[in-house]
Amino acid sequence: MARMKFLCDADRCIDCNACVTACKNENEVPWGINRRRVVTINDGKPGERSVSMACMHCTDAPCAAVCPVSCIYPTDDGIVLHDKDICIGCGYCFYACPFGAPQYPQVGNFGSRGKMDKCTYCAGGGGPEAPGSAAEFEKYGSDRFGEGKLPMCAEMCSTKSLLAGDGDIIAQIYKERVLKRGYGSGAWGWMTAYREDIKV
Amino acid sequence: MTLPVSIRLLVLAVAWLVMAAAVPAYAEKFGPDGAPDPTASVVDQETLLKQVPRIEGRIDIPDRKAAVLIQPAGRTWDYFHEVLLHWGGAIVILGTIALLALAYFIVGRIRIAGGRSGQKILRFKAFERFSHWLTAVSFVILGLTGLNITFGKLVLLPVVGPDAFSEISEAAKYLHNFTSFAFMAGLVLIIVIFFKDNLPEKVDLDWLRQGGGFIKNRHAPAGRFNLGEKLVYWLSLMAGIVVSLSGVLLLFPFYGTDIADMQLAQGAHAVVAVLFVALILAHIYIGTLGMEGAFEAMGQGDVDLNWAKEHHDLWLARQLEKERGPGRPAATPAE
Repeated sequence: MARMKFLCDADRCIDCNACVTACKNENEVPWGINRRRVVTINDGKPGERSVSMACMHCTDAPCAAVCPVSCIYPTDDGIVLHDKDICIGCGYCFYACPFGAPQYPQVGNFGSRGKMDKCTYCAGGGGPEAPGSAAEFEKYGSDRFGEGKLPMCAEMCSTKSLLAGDGDIIAQIYKERVLKRGYGSGAWGWMTAYREDIKV
Repeated sequence: MTLPVSIRLLVLAVAWLVMAAAVPAYAEKFGPDGAPDPTASVVDQETLLKQVPRIEGRIDIPDRKAAVLIQPAGRTWDYFHEVLLHWGGAIVILGTIALLALAYFIVGRIRIAGGRSGQKILRFKAFERFSHWLTAVSFVILGLTGLNITFGKLVLLPVVGPDAFSEISEAAKYLHNFTSFAFMAGLVLIIVIFFKDNLPEKVDLDWLRQGGGFIKNRHAPAGRFNLGEKLVYWLSLMAGIVVSLSGVLLLFPFYGTDIADMQLAQGAHAVVAVLFVALILAHIYIGTLGMEGAFEAMGQGDVDLNWAKEHHDLWLARQLEKERGPGRPAATPAE
């Protein structure tokens, strides 16, 4: 069975934000919700690197563990989905997530959070809605995965720095790249998310 | 240029260089030709994570939280919440209930040794009782709704199913958030009203030496509040303040706090709340089951004279002195 992962090659990312735009467009993400973002380390200095970050769909997802209503769960492909009907907007998944993936709309006074929203690997949602239906699209975004396609962010990446797909395949692609060009700053987030790293 | 100006420029340059050196070490590496080598200058994840607790960078969007690229402490907080807090909380609360049950079966309900006299004396005024019950009822609501966040999915979810449990938990979340204000108001009232009667006195040590009223045939002297009650007051004061402050931070997430602060606030809130629940369970026990004649003090305001004599004799003596003042009779008989 394929185990889906993300890998952002920080040595190729040019901070163009095409992945961010693609995600927002494909999933009709509302204002204020940022499923994917690009973070630049060492900005303006030699060794500057940019990394595109969204939900990494972790192994033993900490968000799923801490959810008080158990609304987050991994699928057989390793994609971490959640059910917005069950979510109570407590915010704990954000405290647990090492990558800051969960996003919440502000729906009320104080810091009242609405239903959590995050990257779904363009695989629809974790709720009872029929896959690919309009109801599912309104709540969770597109279900490209159900059509056999990969997430839009990786597909739209202008430099093919953001890779999505089966973990073994993208690890292999990254290894070949690093060997061929002679350098690579690593698979950012892999140790924390998947408890394994790519050694080149 | 003139000497003073060049000196000022020199000082400025040195200051700027010092500041630049103080920025965390992104060591710049140079190539064989002496020019900066950007590829070699890259710091990899493992090195960065050894230097700083979380990797932060620059982002384009206004959401400052998004600047944090990786914070591995999230998994640590997960372990704290799912393992340590679950086990610790269960042991503390169930252990307290077990100990109280043991106390009830071994020591039993502490009776008024001389029997009820039928005469009463006022112990708590209406406003004092209001403050207590405002805080107490709020505390019970906050405690139950709060425990639902930690233990609900283990205890309640299998019973009612995910949809009903979600409805209950969402209502519990709002109930918890709004009731917290009533609790904080009540806490302030209690702290202020009962402050001076809870200051430590010498008689508290005598009370302790005499077994605190738990040993029959021994009389433990006390003022308005004995050492046990004073401990409840001071521990509640400290726990209440911690739980209130951390709770306010949790109510206004990321208003000046970062992810580490929020994890710490949640941790402090949870640990202190669990201990607070254990303390209040003991307080509820002694005020209801544990001692005859205790509940009416806070329930109606008057207590039996014999009860007061046995448990708060110094306070009773002072009250009777006040009443006796201009030659009025000692205590009024119960109506």
